[in-house]
Amino acid sequence: MGTRPIHNDGKEHLKRIVTRPGPFTSSAAALGLETLETLERLKVLVIGAGGLGCELLKNLALSGFKDIHVIDMDIIDVSNLNRQFLFRHADVGKPKCDVAAKFVERRVPGVKITPYYGKIQDKDENYYMQFNVIICGLDSIEARRWINATVVGMVDENNPDSYKPLIDGGTEGFKGQAKVVLPTMTSCLECQLDMHAPRVQVPLCTLATVPRQPEHCIEWAHIIAWEEERKGDMLDTDDPDHISWLYRRALNRAQEFNISGVTYSLTQGVVKNIIPAIASTNAIVAASCCNEALKIATACNPCLGNLEDEEANTYMMYTGDDGIYTFTFRHEKKDDCPVCGTLAKELNVNETNTLAEFLEDLAARPETQIKKPTIRTNDKSLYYPSPPSLEEQTRPNLLKRLTDLVEDGEEMAVTDSDGSITFKFKLVFSSK
Amino acid sequence: MLKIWSMKQKQQQAENAAAGGSKKKKITAAQLRVQKDLSELALGSTMRTDFPDPDDILNFILTIDPDEGMYVGGRFSFSFAINQNFPHDPPKVKCREKIYHPNIDLEGNVCLNILREDWKPVLNLNAVIVGLQFLFLEPNAADPLNKDAAEDLKTNRESFKRNVRASMAGGQVRKERFDKVTK
Ligand SMILES: [Zn+2]
Repeated sequence: MGTRPIHNDGKEHLKRIVTRPGPFTSSAAALGLETLETLERLKVLVIGAGGLGCELLKNLALSGFKDIHVIDMDIIDVSNLNRQFLFRHADVGKPKCDVAAKFVERRVPGVKITPYYGKIQDKDENYYMQFNVIICGLDSIEARRWINATVVGMVDENNPDSYKPLIDGGTEGFKGQAKVVLPTMTSCLECQLDMHAPRVQVPLCTLATVPRQPEHCIEWAHIIAWEEERKGDMLDTDDPDHISWLYRRALNRAQEFNISGVTYSLTQGVVKNIIPAIASTNAIVAASCCNEALKIATACNPCLGNLEDEEANTYMMYTGDDGIYTFTFRHEKKDDCPVCGTLAKELNVNETNTLAEFLEDLAARPETQIKKPTIRTNDKSLYYPSPPSLEEQTRPNLLKRLTDLVEDGEEMAVTDSDGSITFKFKLVFSSK
Repeated sequence: MLKIWSMKQKQQQAENAAAGGSKKKKITAAQLRVQKDLSELALGSTMRTDFPDPDDILNFILTIDPDEGMYVGGRFSFSFAINQNFPHDPPKVKCREKIYHPNIDLEGNVCLNILREDWKPVLNLNAVIVGLQFLFLEPNAADPLNKDAAEDLKTNRESFKRNVRASMAGGQVRKERFDKVTK
């Protein structure tokens, strides 16, 4: 791929899609040339500028989006160059988001891409509120859960613009998924947590006594030998000396058990849990995500999770290791989802109340009626009726004033005694 | 744009920002799940939990005083470290004493299927503590983490029992000295 700018801005093709209704287009969609203007005005956030991110940025820019932001915390490594096609050898060591943004801006005139080099957690709700659509191309479950909880937590029932559609792409080798979350209305990423198969683990006793595969020897060095012989040393999987140490210990063990195949790169792969990234999987998943973004932005066709259809599918999965196959289904929202099952409700409380008085009030209020509740904020365990040791430790809080324990507007979670219901509240203090 | 997201976003965005998008910390999904699990915990009379920092429910110590089996009379404690990926990731559990047990190595690593290969997000902390309790009732020679102890259990149950008593009192077994865990 050269660096020649694209002169045809793609508008002719785009016009055909966004100005002419298809057989499934909603009757409420007002398609026309204004649709194109809307598309150009919308602000889209791409999270991740890696394998999926490169594809997403390129696709979005070529689909008519003009105001794109991208967040990524990584710098370019030489091993990225085979699939992260916005990067060149000379870019190694530079932040991915900066290089990706410049490359796409250069190739697609008229597109503005604003990079942010850092963590998604650096930004707060005010930042995420500015976007119309958020698309994730992440490889970490933790980061996904964080942005999901943030986007769902931003929902304010009185403000239609606080509902940010979240499109999530994911790949693992030849497998991939694309899903759309319409916060509180369709299943969220937390509802889908059990869709991520946990990493296959070998029993510890197999590693310790009867290793059969090179991976077993590496895991043994990783989990058992390191802790025995380098107690207190924090293992840094990015430190080549640490990987070399594990490699040598794994190799010795493999020789002891007549196992072949332990190599440095396998060691690195097992320890860092690297699943080879496949460029074509990234391309397929990113294309699907971008399609969803275009459909959400223009309403030219129903998107995944289409609200006009109660049965609408929300989740597309692609399986490329067993033929070429996609399957799309509706993932149901979970009523007891800790993120989207209950949203934090505002609760007015008298600022002179103690925690005990507040708890009595919770038991009496018709909408809660929780007896013996467990209650906490992010930082503090306010009161736990069980287990006994925690009850004892949190009991002194009962006599404290709420204002000494909780900030105005801070979120708290209240769980009933058998763990079956959890409410979230934001306290608003008043003087009477 | 999708119907519910009206075009008036600019004004409302401004209003919303004024109303204060908060930077206050939210309760994490892992915290919520642990909170739920703790309220369902059935400790009985043989177990207790201790929270070094009561505000941090993701790190605690479980103490087991077995009331049956070969480990009766001992007191064993396990550290639980739960990360923000819980319940996708299992809790990390380690025995804090150096003990003679076929499924627990000298470093405190525990071989319990649901802590690794059989962990599922639907399992809860109660399932883990029941599993740990069971290890003291029925040490399992088929899944050895301490090979010597497993070998002893397999070949001579009586001498294994004697070794357990000796080790629990802080004595030596096969030249290895163990922590005193008798009350
Ligand atoms: Zn959910």
